[in-house]
Amino acid sequence: MDFSLTEEQSILKDTLGRLLGDHCSFEARRAHLESAQGWSQPMWARYAGLGLMALPFPEATGGDGGSSVETMIVMEALGEKLALEPYLTTVVLGGGFVRLGGDSRQREELIPAISEGLLKIAFAHTERHSRYDLSHVETSAQRDGDGYVLSGAKGIVIHGDSADKIFVTARTSGNPRSREGIGLFLVDVNAEGVSRRSYRLHDGLGAADLTLDKVKVPASAVFGDPGSAMPIIQHVVDIGIAALAAESVGVMSAMQALTLDYLKTRQQFGMPIGSFQALQHKAVDMYVAIEQARSMALYAAMMAEEADEKERARAMHAVKAEIGRSGRLVGETAIQLHGGVGMTMEFAIGHYFKRMTMIDVMFGDSDHHLRSLGKLGGLLDVA
Amino acid sequence: MDLRFTDEEVAFREEVRAFLRENLPDDMRKVVADGRLPSKEQLRSWTRVLKAKGWAVPHWPAAYGGTGWDPMKQYIFLEEMQKYPAPQPLALGVNMVGPVIYTFGNKEQKDFFLPRIIGLDDWWCQGFSEPGAGSDLASLKTKAVRDGDHYIVNGQKTWTSVAQHADWMFCLVRTDPEARKQEGISFLLIDMQTPGIDVRPIVTIEGEREVNEVFLTDVRVPVTNLVGEEGKGWNYAKFLLGNERTNLARVGASKQRIARIRDIAAKEMVDGKPLIEDHRFREKLASIEIELKALEITQLRVIAADMRRGNTGKPDPASSILKLKGTELQQTTTRLLMEVVGPHAMPCIADGEALGGEPVGPDYAAHAAPLYFNYRKLSIFGGTNEIQKNIIAKAVLGL
Ligand SMILES: Cc1cc2nc3c(=O)[nH]c(=O)nc-3n(C[C@H](O)[C@H](O)[C@H](O)COP(=O)(O)OP(=O)(O)OC[C@H]3O[C@@H](n4cnc5c(N)ncnc54)[C@H](O)[C@@H]3O)c2cc1C
Repeated sequence: MDFSLTEEQSILKDTLGRLLGDHCSFEARRAHLESAQGWSQPMWARYAGLGLMALPFPEATGGDGGSSVETMIVMEALGEKLALEPYLTTVVLGGGFVRLGGDSRQREELIPAISEGLLKIAFAHTERHSRYDLSHVETSAQRDGDGYVLSGAKGIVIHGDSADKIFVTARTSGNPRSREGIGLFLVDVNAEGVSRRSYRLHDGLGAADLTLDKVKVPASAVFGDPGSAMPIIQHVVDIGIAALAAESVGVMSAMQALTLDYLKTRQQFGMPIGSFQALQHKAVDMYVAIEQARSMALYAAMMAEEADEKERARAMHAVKAEIGRSGRLVGETAIQLHGGVGMTMEFAIGHYFKRMTMIDVMFGDSDHHLRSLGKLGGLLDVA
Repeated sequence: MDLRFTDEEVAFREEVRAFLRENLPDDMRKVVADGRLPSKEQLRSWTRVLKAKGWAVPHWPAAYGGTGWDPMKQYIFLEEMQKYPAPQPLALGVNMVGPVIYTFGNKEQKDFFLPRIIGLDDWWCQGFSEPGAGSDLASLKTKAVRDGDHYIVNGQKTWTSVAQHADWMFCLVRTDPEARKQEGISFLLIDMQTPGIDVRPIVTIEGEREVNEVFLTDVRVPVTNLVGEEGKGWNYAKFLLGNERTNLARVGASKQRIARIRDIAAKEMVDGKPLIEDHRFREKLASIEIELKALEITQLRVIAADMRRGNTGKPDPASSILKLKGTELQQTTTRLLMEVVGPHAMPCIADGEALGGEPVGPDYAAHAAPLYFNYRKLSIFGGTNEIQKNIIAKAVLGL
C-alpha cells in the first residue's frame, strides 16, 4: 500500500497551492464574492491554463488522463482557500456526465470546450419533494420526434446562475420515485422555456431555481439511455461525493490552522488561550476528526471509479456520513474557540464554517447517508 | 414530594395562553417563531401591551412594578411566552440593568429609569466586553476620569448587541487604574446621545447587524449616572451576569422549536413517508426531548428550592448548569431544524428580497440555517460555556 503522491501529483499540488496562495487570499476572495458573478473569471482562466479542466478526461479524448487522485488534490486545494469558481459542477460533475454518459460525438464537442474553460456547467436534480433521493424525479421528459420536451421545476442548482448548460434529470416513464425511467439531458440556459431565479447560497456560491416550461431538446442533448440513466447519474454523484470529501479536508485543515494560530496569539488572563488545557483538548478533538475525514477522503478517491455499484454506494455513504460529522465537530469547535470574533463576517473562520455546513447538506447530510448505509447492511463485511 | 402543578398554577397557565392568543399579532408571532429579532417598533408596542396588563416585569419587586408572583408563576409565564412564541421584553432593560438599578441605584435613578424600562421608553445596551477583555472581563481598559461633576470616558467596547437602537448603555469603566483589577471598576449609565460616541456595525455570520463596536472619545457622563459606589462595579456586574445566565436556559423556546421541527417533519417526505414516521429521526428527536425534560425538571427544582428558602438571591448550585445545558439544547434543536428542512435550507435569501418567480423550496426553509449559524453565539456570550465549566468545577465541585 502506498499513500504517497507521484512526482507529477506533487507538482500539481504545489503549483495549484502557489497559484491560490498568490491570487485567492481572504481579501481577494471577498472581492470575488462581492462581484456580480460571485467568482473570478481570471481565476477560472488560470485554472484552465494549469490544465485543471482537462484533468479527468482520458488522453485519447484530448484530456490529461488524470485519476480520482488528481481530482482529490485539486478539490482539497480549492477547499483550503474556499475557492468560489464552478470547478466541481463544471469539471467534476459536468465532465463526469460527459465522460461516463456521452457518446463519441458529445465527447468530441464538449470535452475540448470544458478543457479550455469555455463552458460552465451545472447539475439540476433537487426538486421540491425529492430531499436527497436522486431517483425522486417529477420533472417530465416527453418524447417529441428525435428529441424530448422537458417540463418541471428544479431547485438549488449550484452555479446554475452562471452556467451555460445544465444537466437535468427528467422522467421518461414510471412513478415519481422509481429508479427506472429517468433520463439525463443537457439543456442550454438560453433555450426557449428555460427560466432561472438566481440567488446565493449561505456559503456565498451562486445558485438558481430552474423552471422548464415545455423546453425542447434535440437528440444530441440526451446522455445515456433516456429510459435508464440512473447508473450514470449515481456514479457521477459518487464522484462528486469523493470530490466534496477532498474539499472538506481542505476546509477543515484551514479551520484547524486558523484556530491553532488564534489559540497561540489571543491573550486572556495574561496568557495565550491555547495554554488552557480545556481548549487544548478541544483542539486535539478537531485534529482527530480531521484525520478521520482525511482517511475517508482517500478511501473515496480509491472507490470513486469502482465498477461494482453497490460497493461504491456503501463506500460513498460512509464517506459522506463521516465528513458530515467531522465537519460539524471541527466547524462548531473552531467557532467556539474563536469566541466573539468567530461569529463575524470579518474573520475567515465563519466563512469556512458555513461552507462546511453547506457541504454536509449537498448530496445528502450525514443522517441521510447513515440511513442509506444502514439499509445496505452496513460497511464492514463480517466474514 | 409532589411533581404536579397546583390547580391555581394550571389555571394561571391557561390565563396566560388566552392573553397571548387575544393580544399578540400574528406577524410578530411569526417573527419570533422564525428566530428573528422583532423590530424596535414591534417590541415597543408589544411591551406596552404587557405594561397595560401589568405584566411587563413580573419578576421585579412589586414596589417597582412587579406582579408579586412567586417564582413558579414567573416561570410558567415565561415558559408560555416562549412556547407561543411571543417576544420577551428587552432583556437588556428588564433582566439586566433594571435589577441592578433597583438593587444598587439611588432614589433619583430608580424614579427616572425604572418606569422608562417597563414601557421600553428607553432602549438599553450592554457595554461590558472590549477587544482585549472578553472572558477576562475584569481586564477592561475603558477609563473614566473624574472632572468636577462629570466623568470623562475614553475607550472602546465591542460586541455591543443592538447598540444601533440604544438610548442608553450600561457600561463598565475603570475609575481607579491603581487598584487591583476588579476593584478599580465602576458601573456607569451613559446616554447614547452624548457627543463622542461612535457606534459601528459588525455583521455576524448569518448576515445580520446584531452587534456593534462602540467607540468612546472624551464622553462626558454626569457623576449622578454612577450606580452605587465608585469601585464596586464588578460586584454589580457579577450580580447582573448571574441574572443573565439563568435567563439563558429558555426551555420553553426549545419546546417551541421541537414543535416546529415535528411540524416540518410531518411535511417532509423520505422514502415516500413523512420524515416524522422515520424510525431514526424519531429516535434522534426523542433523545433531545429526554434531555430537555430533564433540564426542565432541573429548572423547576431550582425554582422550588428558591421558593422554600424565600428567594434569598443565593441560587441553588444546580442553577449553574442551566445556562450550560440550556444553550447546548438550543443549539442542538436549531441544528436539527436545519436538518429537517433538508436541501432547501441552502439558499440565502434576505427577507423581502425579490428574485422573481416562485421559489422551489417551502416557505419554512429560509430561516433555518441562519438561526443555526446565529445560535453558535449562545455558548459564547453571557460568559462562554468553557468559563461556565471553570466556575462550576471550582465553585460547585470544589476542584
Ligand atoms: C452575538 C454576540 C452578542 C454579544 N453581545 C454582547 C453585549 O451586548 N455586550 C457585551 O458586553 N458583550 C457582548 N458579547 C460578548 C461576549 O460576552 C464575549 O464574546 C464573551 O465574553 C467571550 O469573550 P471573547 O469573545 O473575547 O472570547 P475570548 O474570551 O477571547 O475566548 C476565546 C475562547 O477561549 C476560551 N477561554 C477563554 N478563557 C478561558 C479559560 N480561562 N479557560 C478555558 N477557556 C477559556 C473561551 O471559552 C473561548 O472559547 C456578545 C457576543 C456575541 C457573540
